[in-house]
Amino acid sequence: MKHFFRTDAQPSVAARWLLSILFFVLLIAAYLAGSSYRHRENPQDKVMPTVSEMLDGMKRSAFERDRTGELRLWVDTFASARRFGIAIGVIFLAIPLGVGMGLFPYVEALFHSFLVFFDKIPALSLLPILFIVFGLDELSKIALIVLGVFPTVALDAYLRARSIPREQIHKAQTLGASEHEIAYRIVMPQIFPKMLDTIRLNLKAAMLLLIAGESLAATVGLGYRIFVVRRYVAMDIIIPYVLWMTGLLFLSDWFIQWVIRRRYGWLDK
Amino acid sequence: MPKCRSLVAALVVAGLAVTALAQLALAKDRFTLAVSIYAGWMPWYYAKDEGILKKWAERYKIAIEVVEMDYIPSVEAFVAGKVDAAVMTNMEALAMPAKSGVDTTVLIMGDYSNGNDALLVRGIPDVKGLKGTRVYLVELSVSHYLLARALEMHGVKESELTVVNTSDSDIAPAFIANKSQKAVVTWNPMLMNIEQTPGVSKIFDSSKIPGEILDLLVVNTKVLNDDPRVGEALVGAWYEVMSRMSQRGPEADKALTAMANRANSSLNEYKAQLRTTAMFWTPEAAGDYARSTEIKEKMDFVRNFAFKHGLLGENAPSVDIVGISYPDGTIQGDSRNVKLRFDTRVVDKAKTGQLRQN
Repeated sequence: MKHFFRTDAQPSVAARWLLSILFFVLLIAAYLAGSSYRHRENPQDKVMPTVSEMLDGMKRSAFERDRTGELRLWVDTFASARRFGIAIGVIFLAIPLGVGMGLFPYVEALFHSFLVFFDKIPALSLLPILFIVFGLDELSKIALIVLGVFPTVALDAYLRARSIPREQIHKAQTLGASEHEIAYRIVMPQIFPKMLDTIRLNLKAAMLLLIAGESLAATVGLGYRIFVVRRYVAMDIIIPYVLWMTGLLFLSDWFIQWVIRRRYGWLDK
Repeated sequence: MPKCRSLVAALVVAGLAVTALAQLALAKDRFTLAVSIYAGWMPWYYAKDEGILKKWAERYKIAIEVVEMDYIPSVEAFVAGKVDAAVMTNMEALAMPAKSGVDTTVLIMGDYSNGNDALLVRGIPDVKGLKGTRVYLVELSVSHYLLARALEMHGVKESELTVVNTSDSDIAPAFIANKSQKAVVTWNPMLMNIEQTPGVSKIFDSSKIPGEILDLLVVNTKVLNDDPRVGEALVGAWYEVMSRMSQRGPEADKALTAMANRANSSLNEYKAQLRTTAMFWTPEAAGDYARSTEIKEKMDFVRNFAFKHGLLGENAPSVDIVGISYPDGTIQGDSRNVKLRFDTRVVDKAKTGQLRQN
């Protein structure tokens, strides 16, 4: 214990491993204790389903057709992934915009203060207006994610573009680079991997906005399902859905990290 | 011994978790009622604000705390055992607590919706015309039930149209703003807002299925049996408010204005909502309806809807999985699993003046 707060501590492999699973174990144990307590009081309890009930809920969602004849987990995942993917695609456009703002004073004057202000608007509270402008269908759900995350990413790209040493830009100019080449051949490739990280860290915000959008008006989607089955306290479906979403998000995060390591090995060297 | 210390810490955490759970089981004389906004439930807000509920609770030497919540979270709190009593419709009482094994007693039959829920359309002549359209509503709510009943009466299958789940907080502004939306099912006060929009007409409402959508006050049966005082205090307070409301004149208007304010409506709007709410003003009326044969037929519609839409659990083998008991002792469904009880004993006490008067 006396080594615990030493900066030069060297925990053994076993200790590292044990410590890193400790909170997972505690969380699961607390859940199981709570669940079994509630089931002793009331065998039909739906609020904290047992593991076997959740497995059954997962099986029904993934492999059995529901009353509308759908394998809903896959249908929901596909619909949500599509919305999510399109939104993230649009958010990538924030990178060239941010670079433009960071390098061209006119572009900066045009967008910067507006985006700083826009970034502070809690997009969720404007949903009724979003619905009026974009309707209740796919567009409004994608727009909600984009509005929530785009300004953050654009402003981050702006800051990173500005932090590129001026000498580099002067040097490029003396070598005869055009203004566009400076922005999009010299500055943007340098900050791009960092921007991937920014987008990665914003995945959760995007997911929250997706769920919020789907909870308000939808016929399909992971967030939609969670809000509908809530009507009959089907936690045996909700908890596996939440774990599934967490897993998907974790994988996306991991994938982006892998891309950064793999393609941008020069980063931070 | 450093290792011991971490073990102790782990035990302390586990111990805290267990005691937190154990507190739920403690006996008590403090109770919690969860209320949410709806025309027929505004009297509870009035009973709280005017101290009527407090007065009745004091007569029984107990305390009743009123928590104001959104509707579905309040029902979830009741299911989780975090509140002892809550307002809800007969459908949620069956599909949420009763289905989840929480023994639930219907203490007060407050009213039934007699036009407070409706199907509104743009340019669709009748229910048959809904085929192929998108209908916006809160899925698996009484709105969905109303739609299912309308379709059933007109021989249309639900699979012939698309139900779009829409949050109740956005349904009115979204429908009013988007002329491309053709059909919506919702309840008051959203209903009033939408109905006032030009070009919108009503093709079905709950006055065509009277007595099916019941607005209730339910109590956890175990809590009620452990301490019947809570039931009597709630019933006493409720009918005191009912008698104030049902008189004519300035006194009643004062009470109705207070309720309207709490629902964010004007007095006239609130009175209009009450016209489409069939209140059971007296304990006689509520008791008579609970004892009628009609209620059993109506509950049969509701439980069949619930079963067909998976509300009784997706793997429920039959509609009979949950038992419903009535004041005459008859049971609908599984008699070994009675979880929803229409019980008139406390209301009958109010009728015969047996509640404490001071």
